[in-house]
Amino acid sequence: MAELSGKYLVGVYDDDDTVLHAVPRLRKAGVKIQEVYSPFPIHGMDDALGHPRTRIGIAAFMFGVTGCCVALTLMIWTMGIDWPMIVGGKDSISLPNYIPITFELTVLFTAFGMVTTFFISNGLSPAAHKHERFDVRATDNKFVMAINLGRNSMSEDEISRALRDSGAEEVNIKQF
Amino acid sequence: MHVTSPVREPLIQGGKTYADVTEDICRHVEGKPTKEWKIAFGISLLVLAYGTCCLAWTWWEGLGVWGLNKTVGWAWDITNFVWWVGIGHAGTLISAILLLFRQKWRTSINRAAEAMTIFAVICAASFILMHMGRPWMAYWALPLPNAFGSLWVNFNSPLVWDVFAISTYFSVSLVFWYIGLIPDLATIRDRATSKVSRFMYGTFAMGWDGSAKTWSRYEYISLILAGLSTPLVLSVHTIVSMDFATSVIPGWHTTIFPPYFVAGAIFSGFAMVQNLMLITRVVYKLEDYITLEHIETMNKVITLTGSVVGVAYITEFFIAWYSGVEYESYAFINRATGPYWWAYWAMMTCNVISPQLFWSRKLRRSITFTFFISVIVNIGMWFERFVIIVTSLHRDYIPSSWAMFSPTRYDIGDYIFSFGLFFTLFLLFSKYLPVVNMAEVKAVIRSTSANLPKKIAGVAKVRQREAAAPLFNKDIE
Repeated sequence: MAELSGKYLVGVYDDDDTVLHAVPRLRKAGVKIQEVYSPFPIHGMDDALGHPRTRIGIAAFMFGVTGCCVALTLMIWTMGIDWPMIVGGKDSISLPNYIPITFELTVLFTAFGMVTTFFISNGLSPAAHKHERFDVRATDNKFVMAINLGRNSMSEDEISRALRDSGAEEVNIKQF
Repeated sequence: MHVTSPVREPLIQGGKTYADVTEDICRHVEGKPTKEWKIAFGISLLVLAYGTCCLAWTWWEGLGVWGLNKTVGWAWDITNFVWWVGIGHAGTLISAILLLFRQKWRTSINRAAEAMTIFAVICAASFILMHMGRPWMAYWALPLPNAFGSLWVNFNSPLVWDVFAISTYFSVSLVFWYIGLIPDLATIRDRATSKVSRFMYGTFAMGWDGSAKTWSRYEYISLILAGLSTPLVLSVHTIVSMDFATSVIPGWHTTIFPPYFVAGAIFSGFAMVQNLMLITRVVYKLEDYITLEHIETMNKVITLTGSVVGVAYITEFFIAWYSGVEYESYAFINRATGPYWWAYWAMMTCNVISPQLFWSRKLRRSITFTFFISVIVNIGMWFERFVIIVTSLHRDYIPSSWAMFSPTRYDIGDYIFSFGLFFTLFLLFSKYLPVVNMAEVKAVIRSTSANLPKKIAGVAKVRQREAAAPLFNKDIE
């Protein structure tokens, strides 16, 4: 999570269904929601918030292709070109025997590349633990909606009322 | 929008709220180590210390301290290696394959099962290092440039495939496990009262905040990791089986090995999960999370994979006769009636007969019986590998070189080492990390809980009772 700045209204909900229904209602009313924080994934939340679909799969595929190429290049070059070896009377480049390692390295590169991309795109790093959060209960049992007042044309009172109407049990102000 | 199917029993019992889940699982992480834990940890350390001495002597003196001879060149080392790798497979099956199949019951046990996978693979890898005799030369198995030796490794060899398979399996499992841990570590970080634990859990939680964007990426990569781990786990034991199957030793040279080994691996792995979880659920009072339903489901998997293994044994025997190959037939007759008949029949009884008892609903829902059968299955699966390795080797083509294998105290001591290592690691895990995946359990609680409280939200029950004082970092019991 990146460093935050500005003044925020923080709506605290106590139920995942409530917050999921609140999001489209608030957006319809003209409130620009920055993000919703929850202790577990709420299915349909990213669609409701209008977040674009993650492209991490494309990255994963590219890493996989890289792993596959690295493995094949390594084996064909070492076994066939750098030091040709004939084992059991077979060709020194025998692709069927290279399949297991090609598979393993493809998986290895995909997994590590994808997870590294995940860490970078979410700003997750061991040094990030000092970053402030809107409400620490968002990792326990509360569902927290953050609204950046600077990015909204509606007044603080209006948004606050809209939040309460949509089922928020608390509305707090957080200044960074 | 959430519907509870009336046919199925709820996965999580006791009408838990979200806060209850946090409270129940974090309790043992935040409390001081209990007396039972300290005793168990002490015993594990002692066992590990004894094993380390045996291992140190094995490496100092050389592999001559083992009971190997020129006929039986692989015995307990590779038996233990295959046994531990096999045990590891259940964790990946639960966390990856069951995720792809959308089996929600996995959420209560996947964390501990994956931890078991990682520790079991560490134990397995220790036997690979042991059987090299000169562990400081282990890097020879890696494809390093010629300056390190005269040649590249032989990429046609299943033993080299194994190096790649095991190390990929270990590192991908570790990453998968860690990704699943991050949200829970964040929960502990946000509850922590002491500076040290806030810093430690905070560092490993890496600033996790649970935003919708993060969760959607998290779910996406979990799915891909599961998709990668599924063929990976199947490939690992397939390649392990190829260590044997691509050789020309009668009894090893069998095309049935890959599926047979994979089924056996899952079979023994689930038995180990049962052993660990049956103890954990009682010690940490997790009966509402790991219910009889979970135990019964795992017993069904044990019966299924046990039956696959049984069919494989019989098929192997039949094919040995049907092939008309004299040596192959002899290898199998020798297994069943030769000097190692007791190992063969121990394997047959433990692996083929015992899981069939779970056809009785009463037995498969009995905790004591499940624990007993799980131990039996693990013994049986150890004997399976012993039978495959030692009885295939001990009578080779020339009767003058026929020999028997008897373990020395170092064979046994090195096996004990792996138990010490495994239980030390598992006990550390079960004390300092949440044994149940809180985030995933919270996500399934609504759709699967029968006595669903009107509001899942609210304060934890424990908290209501002692609302005045915060309970963090206090031994609640």
